[in-house]
Amino acid sequence: MRKRNSGKDKLITVALHVALAAGLFFAAFPIYWMLSSSFKSNTEIFALPPTILPKAFTLEAYAAILGDPVKLRFFFNSYFVAGSVTVLTVLIALLAAYGFSRFNFRGKGSLNTIIISTQTIPPITLLIPFFGLVVSYGIFDTYVALILTYLVFTLPYAILLMTGYLNTLPRDLDEAVAVDGGTSWTALWRVIVPISLPGIVATSVYTFLLCWNEFLFALTLTKSTSMRTVPIGIQLLMGQHAFEWNQMMAMSVLGSLPLLLIYLVAQRYFLAGMTAGSVK
Amino acid sequence: MTRQKRSHHKLKRAVAPYLYLSPSLLIIGLLMLLPMVTVIAYSFQNSAVLRRDPSFAGLKHYQAIFDDPVFWASLWHTLYFTCMSVIFHMTIGMAFALMLNSDRINPTLRNILRVLYILPWLFTAVIIAVIWRLLLEPNGVVNSILMQIGIIGSKVEWFSSPQTALHAVTFANIWAGYPLFMVSLLAGLQGIPKDFYEAADIDGAKAYQKLIFITIPQLMPIIISISLLDFIWTMQVFPLIWITTGGGPIYSTEVLSTYTYKLAFSSYNLSQASASAVVILLISLGLTLFYIRYQKAR
Repeated sequence: MRKRNSGKDKLITVALHVALAAGLFFAAFPIYWMLSSSFKSNTEIFALPPTILPKAFTLEAYAAILGDPVKLRFFFNSYFVAGSVTVLTVLIALLAAYGFSRFNFRGKGSLNTIIISTQTIPPITLLIPFFGLVVSYGIFDTYVALILTYLVFTLPYAILLMTGYLNTLPRDLDEAVAVDGGTSWTALWRVIVPISLPGIVATSVYTFLLCWNEFLFALTLTKSTSMRTVPIGIQLLMGQHAFEWNQMMAMSVLGSLPLLLIYLVAQRYFLAGMTAGSVK
Repeated sequence: MTRQKRSHHKLKRAVAPYLYLSPSLLIIGLLMLLPMVTVIAYSFQNSAVLRRDPSFAGLKHYQAIFDDPVFWASLWHTLYFTCMSVIFHMTIGMAFALMLNSDRINPTLRNILRVLYILPWLFTAVIIAVIWRLLLEPNGVVNSILMQIGIIGSKVEWFSSPQTALHAVTFANIWAGYPLFMVSLLAGLQGIPKDFYEAADIDGAKAYQKLIFITIPQLMPIIISISLLDFIWTMQVFPLIWITTGGGPIYSTEVLSTYTYKLAFSSYNLSQASASAVVILLISLGLTLFYIRYQKAR
């Protein structure tokens, strides 16, 4: 057993806490600075010496963002696209995961490998053919274009996550349904879905985040201001009013809210999703 | 009759998985694998996408890419950005995981710090870019602190000077990405059997010996697979660089993805951009094969 009272031991404990504090500064200061700048006036942001707490606390930046229908539209677009994709992805992935988890069939192994490898396809590679497709089908600058593209990127992750979850559920449950003469379809909806809620939540959270964060396709496949999502909105704000830093920070805070809320409320599901790619 | 029923049931069992998988396979096939074939085809055409009847171009566009010094600069910047990011993500992630796992800190403090250390991960690349642009503004808080301590003598234009821009974007990315390692390693640390350490204690092992001979070897599979994934994902960086520097100044932060994007949507040279996209795809596929083989060997 370690001796807890020796001087050297105390020194190590103190050093550890100093290192933890330094780590905290590194991790959290940039975020703190965003938050505090969003409550400052534009002149105070570059005050010398910098003010750590807003000296003249103001909500003017938030008022400017929330009072502007153009910016509210960015938020609506982001929620709408991410929400639709999440519903579609979870539904389609659930079916595929059920197939993977409960059946043996020819080509299972290679299909699984294909799905794992599609996770690493560089988005920029698909961007040019997608652009070609979207333009030729006349869906450029529409929600449909964004929803279809995001579906492709979220589906592989969602299938892997859901399959992993379904594999943890005992097979006797659905076999009981089969004994009673029920089909696999009945077993899926009557037995599997009700007990898969944690897996469904984790998959939804992760899918939503992927969509909420997407930038490259939203930048390329939409054009009119009314179709832009939050990440593009922030970039536009930057181009138009390069020096309205407090508004940019307020918009960034508002744009991070869904992620922060999900993280605080459902930390477990959040982490399950974020580390899913690496556990497989 | 029972036999008939049974064979009917068997047939259903045989077809069912394909039915369940069909929507997914349709989407992945039509919207992922087909476009991959399309982009390869584009790279061999003259004025792809823009003309209805493009002519065959042979390897012309690949030749053009390989003759372009900006392409090679982008490749080098991508490598530098990616290698530095992965190395520091791993080091910082490991340091934080070990510190949080230490029994010298009180459990409440540990839980609070764990949540706070993960924070950078929760922000979208665009927001990370905007935050770092604010921090690293010539009149911003980083310059003002560094000047106060006396590390720099005058204001540095981190993102707009060719000497510092690449380091600055890499630093921002290091900050944003270490939590993946931290979370995975922390989970790994909790999975190492306690008796390994107890046995080492009996043998009188020092702390650093336990780290080198027990902890790191036990975490190796996680370190390798996360490093590979991080490498593949970091290589694809786009928004962070697009928003902070846009690839400039004078190409000093141009990476493969920004290079390709500009070819496609600033110069509208979609054929050449496709060639460049195929090169990126090949690099990614090579790494992916390596990753899958490693996962299967485990």
